[in-house]
Amino acid sequence: MFGFHYRLERKAIGLVLAIIGVASIGGIVEIAPLFTIHQTVEQAPDMRVYTPLELAGRNIYIREGCYSCHSQMIRTLRDEVERYGPYSLAVESKYDHPMLWGSKRTGPDLARVGGKYSDEWHVAHLNNPRAVMPESIMPAYAWLSRTALRTDDLGAQLKAIRAVGVPYTDDMIANAPADAYGQAAPDSPDAEGVTKHYGAATNVRAFDGVPGSLTEMDALVAYLQILGRLTDAAHKPVAAVGR
Amino acid sequence: MIGQLTIGERQFALVMLLALAVIGFAIAVAGRDDLLGGHGALVILVALAGIFAVIHGYYLPAPSEQRFERYYDDPTKVGIIVAMGWAVFGLFVGDWVAWLLVYPELTFDAGWSSFGRIRPVHTTSVIFGFGGNALIATSLYVLQRTSRARLPDQLSPWFVLFGYNLFCLLAVTGYMMGITQSKEYAEPEWYADIWLVIVWVVYFSIYLRTLARRKEPHIYVANWYYMAFILVVAILHIVNNLAVPVSLGHAKSYSSFSGVQDAMTQWWYGHNAVAFFLTAGFLGMMYYYLPKRANRPIFSYRLSIISFWGITFFYMWAGSHHLHYTALPHWVQTLGMTFSVMLLVPSWASAANALLTLNGAWDKVREDATLRFMMVAAVFYGLSTFEGSFMAIRSVNSLSHYTDWTVGHVHAGTLGWVAMITFGAIYASVPWLWKRESMYSARLVEVHFWLAVAGTIVYVFAMWNSGIIQGLMWRTYSESGTLAYSFVDSLVAMRPYYIARAVGGLLFLIGAVVGCYNIWMTIRTAPRTAGEAVSAKPDSVLVGTPALQPGE
Ligand code: HEC
Ligand code: HEM
Ligand code: HEM
Repeated sequence: MFGFHYRLERKAIGLVLAIIGVASIGGIVEIAPLFTIHQTVEQAPDMRVYTPLELAGRNIYIREGCYSCHSQMIRTLRDEVERYGPYSLAVESKYDHPMLWGSKRTGPDLARVGGKYSDEWHVAHLNNPRAVMPESIMPAYAWLSRTALRTDDLGAQLKAIRAVGVPYTDDMIANAPADAYGQAAPDSPDAEGVTKHYGAATNVRAFDGVPGSLTEMDALVAYLQILGRLTDAAHKPVAAVGR
Repeated sequence: MIGQLTIGERQFALVMLLALAVIGFAIAVAGRDDLLGGHGALVILVALAGIFAVIHGYYLPAPSEQRFERYYDDPTKVGIIVAMGWAVFGLFVGDWVAWLLVYPELTFDAGWSSFGRIRPVHTTSVIFGFGGNALIATSLYVLQRTSRARLPDQLSPWFVLFGYNLFCLLAVTGYMMGITQSKEYAEPEWYADIWLVIVWVVYFSIYLRTLARRKEPHIYVANWYYMAFILVVAILHIVNNLAVPVSLGHAKSYSSFSGVQDAMTQWWYGHNAVAFFLTAGFLGMMYYYLPKRANRPIFSYRLSIISFWGITFFYMWAGSHHLHYTALPHWVQTLGMTFSVMLLVPSWASAANALLTLNGAWDKVREDATLRFMMVAAVFYGLSTFEGSFMAIRSVNSLSHYTDWTVGHVHAGTLGWVAMITFGAIYASVPWLWKRESMYSARLVEVHFWLAVAGTIVYVFAMWNSGIIQGLMWRTYSESGTLAYSFVDSLVAMRPYYIARAVGGLLFLIGAVVGCYNIWMTIRTAPRTAGEAVSAKPDSVLVGTPALQPGE
């Protein structure tokens, strides 16, 4: 073996090929089957896609690096389930490009924070976490309420995420800016399109409390309020979701 | 610098820089309604600065043919200085991030300075800015010495060095503007990723072209590691960053992977960024500078073969230990755990090889802080890999995951191993490169050493404590069978440790500043001499190991 190596290390290309070969095996064995074994991701027929407003909120969540303090993955451990709710299923993040499972809990897990608090609570908390929770070390995000949400490119955003596999229809793409506006303006004519495209259960509210204007705060709160609620699969008995 | 390029290279550099300026202009125009436009402007600025520099030096006399008789070390010199610059910046931001967890108001009500945006500024600046530049600089140095061959041309090393730093600059400014993919250690967006691939291909071509010119029949161990670092990082980078941009005028892209497949791909990448960036590359550094500084051949050639292939093979299976108890299928978690535990064998083989090389030179270690940096690095390498293998066990990970224990492990590895070996290598090479007897002040190296050791120990102990307390508080039940502590209770308990960590980090930062001063004073007083001649005979320390005989 050492004799063989003694010859190998005299050949640059041989060494290169050996490194590539040896290093590739692990990844191929562990990753490729995840795409082919069907049990990897459960079935959830009731799963819906993010609305344009929620997607925009998700992009703000990414931009601000909320994932560096908050996980979105409840592990299969008793204390986590009691603290945060039913453990996370793979299907729940199947439309997440990329996933935001996180690796550090400086703040609590957010996988099921949707519906846990009112919109007002979230707005107050994001504006100044210490106003709501004096011991908090979360940064304040007060400027989100002051910043208008960019909507002109939402159609292009949906198109791109459709290209990687999320089933948005042409109709959804064409109406993306209007749907974003409508979701935060319940009394406007655009509101109807939102429930038509994304289902009657979609939250249609002035998330930041101000109906007329569409801000980044609207988008982020809309996203937080849908976390854990795109499908009911995790709340059903394990057998029913096909594990 | 320009004076060392041949006329043909100067022309080619101009063409490339013009092309870069045009690309920057195209990006600025296409992305004028998006954050991307800002990066287009940055690229134009960088290209213009380059064009100016080349034109300024264009009429300098061309270098003589005799240049091939001397090693080409200027890119290494600049790389070392740039690495130290990134170190101070990255450590400063790291300490700022640490204080943010004590005083969350330190963001000044601005977006760019909030925790979520500057945390990746810290990680990228230290890993890629400091670590990456140090790896590029030392690898070019080591490659030439161990091959007894000069670099094949003058332009490509500069392209790699400046191109790589442009990537780092795009990354770091991007996060503060709000451009990120969110994938840890792979945050830069698609256009920066494509640029890095180009830089990396040129980097590897330098390696192959220099090796092709080598006079030493055997490729020295350090180069195996540097090559594994370059090759595997390329594979990881390309696969994990596959994404579809919203349009050519948008910085934002959507990853090709989602959910559980994305998680596995990301941590296959993430763990092996640790393995091949923060470990393999720096082992390459260790295998050259430690024996050279101690003036003793590496303890065992065979041990280095075993550990090299063990690391290359096992590490790539271990990524799933970042996903224990998650929605990742159980069989993948088990594989990841098993390989992580086996990984301890080649890891400790490397650490032992380093320490046994020093066996018999302990008097030198006692006197020479530079060598002591390398010794402590090997000890921390052994420590953090042991800790890592331990944390990869599912039941241990159920406690440690999501807590500060991970952060403690990370910094035992990065402060104790990566930064220490780098400082050791830099203190060794600066006098060699600038033709000095020794560093400007041996006392200041000593001061830096103790600040670094103290900072690391304070940091790591604080995080071990806070991590374990956090993990235990989250899972403790009261007598009535309910969870005993709220999340905020654990937050309050962390505060003293966060203060301690920030203080430890400050010590480490001051040490690095002291190092910069010392390096600067060494360079300032350096005589202007020609570079080191390409060696005519093999280096006894590198090839003199008794084990380097044909195998049976
Ligand atoms: C420095 C780390 C940090 C960052 C960055 C951060 N948070 Fe937090 N977050 C915390 C902490 C700590 C808490 C717990 C105390 C509190 O409620 O404020 C928390 C609590 C929360 C809660 C309440 C969770 C619950 O179940 O009570 C929400 C919602 C939240 N954060 C959302 C966000 C969003 C959205 C972002 C990004 C814009 C963000 N956080 C960024 C640390 C952080
Ligand atoms: C002055 C010294 C340093 C200080 C004060 C410091 C501080 C920090 C802080 C506060 C965090 C965030 C932890 C959290 O989210 O809770 C962090 C993360 C990190 N730092 Fe440092 N750091 C220092 C040096 C370094 C160096 C030299 C490196 C690498 C070479 C490094 C690599 C990292 C990495 C990889 C992470 C991410 C860890 C994770 O995601 O778990 N740090 N650092
Ligand atoms: C035998 C070698 C090693 C093993 C088995 C190992 C294992 C682990 C484990 C189990 C985690 C925690 C994952 C989690 O719970 O999220 C981790 C995190 C980490 N380790 Fe190691 N480790 C090793 C060596 C190292 C070294 C030498 C370094 C640094 C130079 C390092 C850097 C990191 C980083 C940066 C993370 C944090 C990733 C993140 O969450 O962002 N590791 N490692």
